[in-house]
Formats: sequence, structure tokens, C-alpha cells
Amino acid sequence: MNYTLRVWRQDGPAAEGRLVDYEVDGITPDMSFLEALDLLNERLVLDGEEPVAFDHDCREGICGMCGLMIDGVAHGPQRATTTCQLHMRSFDPAHPVVVEPWRAHPFPVVRDLVVDRSALDRIVEAGGYISAPTGSAPEAHAVPVPKPDADEAFESAACIGCGACVAACPNGSASLFTAAKVTHLGLLPQGQPERTSRARDMAQAQDDLGFGGCTQTGECTAVCPKGIPLETISRMNRDVLGGLLRSR
Amino acid sequence: MALKSVPARPPESRTTVGRLWSSTVGKKAVMAVSGAVLLLYVVAHMVGNLKAFAGQESIDGYSAFLREFGQPILPHGGLLWIVRTALLVAVAAHMTAAIQLARRARRARPAGYERRPKVQGSYAARTMRWGGVIIALFVVYHLLDLTAGVLNPHGVQGEVHSNIVADFQRWYVVLAYTVAVVALGFHLRHGIYSGLRSLGVASAARAKAVKATALGVSVAITAGFLSVPFAVLFGIVR
Ligand code: HEM
Ligand code: SF4
Ligand code: FES
Repeated sequence: MNYTLRVWRQDGPAAEGRLVDYEVDGITPDMSFLEALDLLNERLVLDGEEPVAFDHDCREGICGMCGLMIDGVAHGPQRATTTCQLHMRSFDPAHPVVVEPWRAHPFPVVRDLVVDRSALDRIVEAGGYISAPTGSAPEAHAVPVPKPDADEAFESAACIGCGACVAACPNGSASLFTAAKVTHLGLLPQGQPERTSRARDMAQAQDDLGFGGCTQTGECTAVCPKGIPLETISRMNRDVLGGLLRSR
Repeated sequence: MALKSVPARPPESRTTVGRLWSSTVGKKAVMAVSGAVLLLYVVAHMVGNLKAFAGQESIDGYSAFLREFGQPILPHGGLLWIVRTALLVAVAAHMTAAIQLARRARRARPAGYERRPKVQGSYAARTMRWGGVIIALFVVYHLLDLTAGVLNPHGVQGEVHSNIVADFQRWYVVLAYTVAVVALGFHLRHGIYSGLRSLGVASAARAKAVKATALGVSVAITAGFLSVPFAVLFGIVR
């Protein structure tokens, strides 16, 4: 099948970018979206042109590297699916497919479709850990965790840090990401001692890095490949406010 | 890759309000609480308006009662001025926070996307900022109309019933009130929903209840406010 891929090309962080149309034939319905980009890049290299830079690693939906804005939807039209797990059968060859990088001030474009998402790492560093002595692994049954808490914590821990929530948010907020990290630790017994200070510090880092505030529009949950629910943000807010009401 | 570091920030405020105001989560909590104050007022006002259906003495008497309330401990109109002060503080906090957060959002998302279908956000959620502006402009007009009386064809203070009846004979006034009240309804629907989440009340178990409460309250307020102008327009209240 023949597709038109309308791809954002940008030579470097400071360069002007533009959308360029590429006709790509030989795409099959069961190719993944990244494989279609691979095919395009093979042709570009053969023609002596620069290939399109895009991030990817595991190609099995677990590393969070592959986020692309496809036809204006983060990770493309299929819900709860990363770009690497998306198939070309989801697209109608009659229409050009627009591929853009994540757009948010804290995610500067590095080149073409690659953005620097290290701001998310800075948020995690601000409190996304528990202070515990390391050494040999603890006895797994030493600290009992109620099953519902374990399930909810696990649901939040499924966040792969892809940044789709930020890309989709009209306010450029990272609240869904931060809330997932805060919740995953805050629900477990090991996370209790630092629960409110963690939430507060991570929310603070988010603000300081220039992310926007949450207006509860819900765009983030709709595109999250791991289906992190919007209520996770409400839970984070409770812990952040608990931290802010207390002086250090 | 250029690893961005968290920029330096000024030392933290020692007051609780200062700490809340310097955080986006805290600022949304301020918006939620000031919004709740305004919501309480709007509910009381809507219910008070329904006295128009009970006839002239009822609503004019209610207006007089509000002014005489608490005498002689409070001066004439004392209660109204207490309420007005609280409303002014709430409106100022609500609007300032909204403007600051909207500007932060614009800085955080300076560039848009080439193609952007509507994915999720409800109409109410997408119109919060402009809806708020419409309601604020309406309140100015409304105060000149029914409180000060200068834009009212009857315009006599204390003669609330006659002011209302003179006002809503004219379809374009009813239209203006309808636009504002419907805008208020949308604003409240997302406002209640979002405010409860900002305060951290909306757990997954309560998510449905939060949504239903927001819808129910805003429909009731919209219908209640609209009942009086339309009753006058159709000659039910005269
Ligand atoms: C159809 C709908 C409405 C009607 C018929 C109505 C009627 C009135 C009347 C008669 C007064 C003057 C009361 C008096 O002087 O004793 C008044 C005052 C006021 N109304 Fe409304 N109103 C309506 C909707 C609204 C809405 C939607 C808002 C705000 C969101 C609002 C906010 C106010 C305010 C702030 C005052 C001034 C209170 C004061 O400081 O004296 N009204 N309204
Ligand atoms: S919350 Fe969802 S969309 Fe956001 S970074 Fe995590 S996995 Fe990606
Ligand atoms: S490449 Fe790892 S999640 Fe898509």
C-alpha cells in the first residue's frame, strides 16, 4: 500500500522545523508504525538524504521511548497502545498521516521527531524513591500489603514515562505522570514515611521545570498507553496539599 | 543530551497561604475554595429569586429583610456589605489564580499541533476561561441593571418585583440573561467536577458520584435562574 507520511523535519534544537510529505509504498497492513518509518528511512538513505530521527527502543510497549503525535493524537488513534505497538492497518491510505514530535516547553525538540524528555527524570529525582538501607533483598512477606493497594500501586507503576500525557495536555502539564509516580510509592507501606513530602517535592519540581497546572480536562488519560486513570491526579493533589499545609 | 536541571527557586514562604499560592496544585485549591464560596452565593441567590413566583410582597419583602437583617447590631445593609466583601475577595482570588495559571499553561505549551482533533475534554472543560470572562462581564451589567438600577427601565431600589417585570418584558434582556446563565451552568459543571479533584476528594470509587453531582447541581442552578426571566416573558409573573 502507498501512504503519504507528512513528517516534521527539524535539523536541530534551534533550527526552524517544517512538515515534509513523503510518499512511501510497500507498506503492509501488519507493519508497525515504526516499521513504516524504518521503510521511509531506508529509502531516504538510498537516496542520499538524511533519515528521519525518531526515538524507540523495546518496540514492545514497555520502555516509553517511542512517543509520536500521529494525526494530532499522542501515540496515534488506537487507545492504550504505544506508537511501536500500533499497526498501519489503523490508517486510511487515502489521507496523509501527520507525524509530529511531542510539543511542550519542557520537552525541547532535539531533532526531527526526537524530544528531550529528561525533565521527567528531574521530577522523579525530586522524590520518586524511598529512603531505605540497601543490601540483601528483604523477605517478601515481612511487610504485608493489602491486595487492593497492591493492585492500585501496580496500576500506577505501569507508567512507562513516555510523556504522552504532557504532549496531549492543553496546559503542558505532567500531572498524570507525576501522579502515577507519587501514587505508586504512596500506596505502599514502604512509601509512607515520605508520602506527603515526596508528593510536594515532585509537584514542586514539575512547577519549577515549567510544566503547566492541571485543569482536569482528561486529555492525558485518553492517550495514556497504560490507561493511568485521571483520579490518580486527585490522589496526588490530596498528598501535595497535605504537604503544603504543613511547614517544613 | 543536554540534561536539564531543576532551576533554582526562591526560599519557601512561611505562611500556609503563601505556600499554597506558590504551587500550581495549591493555587488550584485556592480556586476551588473561592469557587465554592461563589457557588454558595449563587445557590442562595437562585433560591431567593424564586420568591418572585410568590408575588410582589414576597420578593420586595425579602430584599428589605436582607437589608434590615441583624439590626441594630449591624447597620442597615450590613449583611449585604459583609457578603459583598466576601464575594469580592473570592472573585479576586479566583480570577487572579485563573489568569496566572492560564499564562503558565501558554508558556508550557507555546506551539500547537498541525492537526488536532478533539480527543477528550468536554465542551464545559474547554470553555472555562472564556466562560469565566462572560460571567464576569455579565455580573457588571447585572449590577448596573438590578442592583444600581441605572440600566433598568423601572430602576427603583427596593421595588425588586417591578424592576424584574419591567426588565424581562424585553426579549433581548431575557436573551442576555439566558446566555450568561447557560455559561454559568457550563462553568459550574466543569468547575464542581474539577474543584473536587483539585481538593483531592475524587477517588476512583467516587468518580461517578462527583460527575453526577456536578451535572445535577449545575442543571438545577441554570433552570432555577432561567425560570424567573421566562416566567415574566410569558406573563406568568406579572
Ligand atoms: C435570571 C437570573 C437572575 C435574576 C432574575 C437576578 C436578579 C437579581 C436581583 C433582583 C438583584 C438585586 C437584589 C436587590 O437589590 O435586592 C440581584 C443582585 C445580584 N446578582 Fe443576580 N440575578 C440573576 C442571576 C445572577 C447570576 C447568574 C449571578 C452571578 C453569577 C448574579 C449575581 C448577582 C450579584 C453579585 C448581585 C449583587 C448583590 C449585591 O451586592 O447587592 N445574579 N440579582
Ligand atoms: S502517565 Fe501514561 S502517558 Fe503519562 S508518561 Fe506515564 S504512561 Fe505515558
Ligand atoms: S519502543 Fe519501547 S514503548 Fe515503544
